[in-house]
Amino acid sequence: MLGQLDFSVIAPGLPFIWEGLLFSLKLTVVAMVGGIFLGTLLALARISGGPALAAFATAYVNTMRSIPLLMVILWFFFLIPLFTGAPMGAEKSALITFTAFEAAYYSEIMRAGIQSVSKGQVNAGYALGMTYWQSMKIVVLPQAFRNMLPVLLTQTIILFQDTSLVYAIGAKDLLKAAEITGKNYNRPIEMYLFVALVYFAICFGLSMLVKHLQKRIAIVR
Amino acid sequence: MNYHWNWHVYLDQVSAGDERYLDWIISALGWTIAVSMSAWLIALTLGALIGTLRTAPNRWLVAIGNVWVEGFRNVPLLVQLFLWFFVVPEFLPAELSRWVKQDMPAKEFFTAAICLGLFTSARVAEQVRAGIQSLPRGQKMASLAMGFTLPQTYRYVLLPMAFRIVIPPLTSEFMNIIKNSSVAFAIGLMELTFISRQMIEESGQVFESLLAATLLYTICAFSANRVMTYIEKRTRVPGYIAGAK
Repeated sequence: MLGQLDFSVIAPGLPFIWEGLLFSLKLTVVAMVGGIFLGTLLALARISGGPALAAFATAYVNTMRSIPLLMVILWFFFLIPLFTGAPMGAEKSALITFTAFEAAYYSEIMRAGIQSVSKGQVNAGYALGMTYWQSMKIVVLPQAFRNMLPVLLTQTIILFQDTSLVYAIGAKDLLKAAEITGKNYNRPIEMYLFVALVYFAICFGLSMLVKHLQKRIAIVR
Repeated sequence: MNYHWNWHVYLDQVSAGDERYLDWIISALGWTIAVSMSAWLIALTLGALIGTLRTAPNRWLVAIGNVWVEGFRNVPLLVQLFLWFFVVPEFLPAELSRWVKQDMPAKEFFTAAICLGLFTSARVAEQVRAGIQSLPRGQKMASLAMGFTLPQTYRYVLLPMAFRIVIPPLTSEFMNIIKNSSVAFAIGLMELTFISRQMIEESGQVFESLLAATLLYTICAFSANRVMTYIEKRTRVPGYIAGAK
């Protein structure tokens, strides 16, 4: 069988697969930026919001974390059109879903990060006359981000792998593009192997980078 | 928003055949549990083995463990599933390859269980390794000094403590495996995700279909959590792990 493999189909399929990869990356970056932003707000709501706000944030995070991502993708895909009245493309739906879903996971990381900054620093901020938002923005959050950077990036690697699940609603990401190419050229085996290699190269490379970063941050601290 | 609620849909007959949607859901729940449990068994066995190997004083064993973990951790689960389902049978010996492609019973189930089991085994291995390495160095030294061989040291001193320490992270892996089993829909295993999609298509009741599957996933994951917590309590060494009574 190995002898019958024909990897020459990859070259003509590359432009199409490249588009798929670009969508996967776009989804990853949008969900990461949006997720970290919303996640930080959720974490702040849990730590220092009023009881109602904290309860909402906790419920949101726990619900998202206890449901399979695939289910969340399907929920959003079918529900958003019910509310807006117009059908929504799979790509757009995926962007919204991943941002909302990842916010729950990033919020847990940010919560740990915020709590890793000692309370005395916040109090010192208050003593200097800072408001709550000022002490958060200037004192706590920069340190929380710094302490949690490796974990945030590791979560982003997981997020990148999870983007392959948009397969369920037919969005054209790296995996889907490779599958379509494989079908068009009647070479699915080669394409699956190729796409696995691409995912591996990206994720392994990034995880090496995170390890390196972790060491550097550890030395500075 | 105009949505036609129909909570009776579960008792409605499926258009083709004399089954009700409820029968579909129950059988789907069965597949989800079956895949999760089989995969969990594979993941625990292999994960414990590989995790232990990664702490062994032998470069080659450590290297094998590292390749295993990095390989399974850096490729998306869905892609791995396709590799097992479409690619691996092509590389088997001719006779076996034909059998797998044409005659293998419950092919989707076995593929999903093996794939999910190996995927999770890498994560379990990582936890087990961390657990063993979190033990004070003195334990291993003391055991060797008392004349235990290395395998004996692992069997009687290191592993009994390490396994207890890793129960909490393993609990979340157990819950993850149930959530991850949803990926098996992609190769046509009729588990909860597959059936809820099917039910949406047949009945048009989006809410009810997704809600049934979501609730059942949550219940399964929560039960897994309770079982692991129970095991954690029963196996606790008094006075050793922080927070123990």
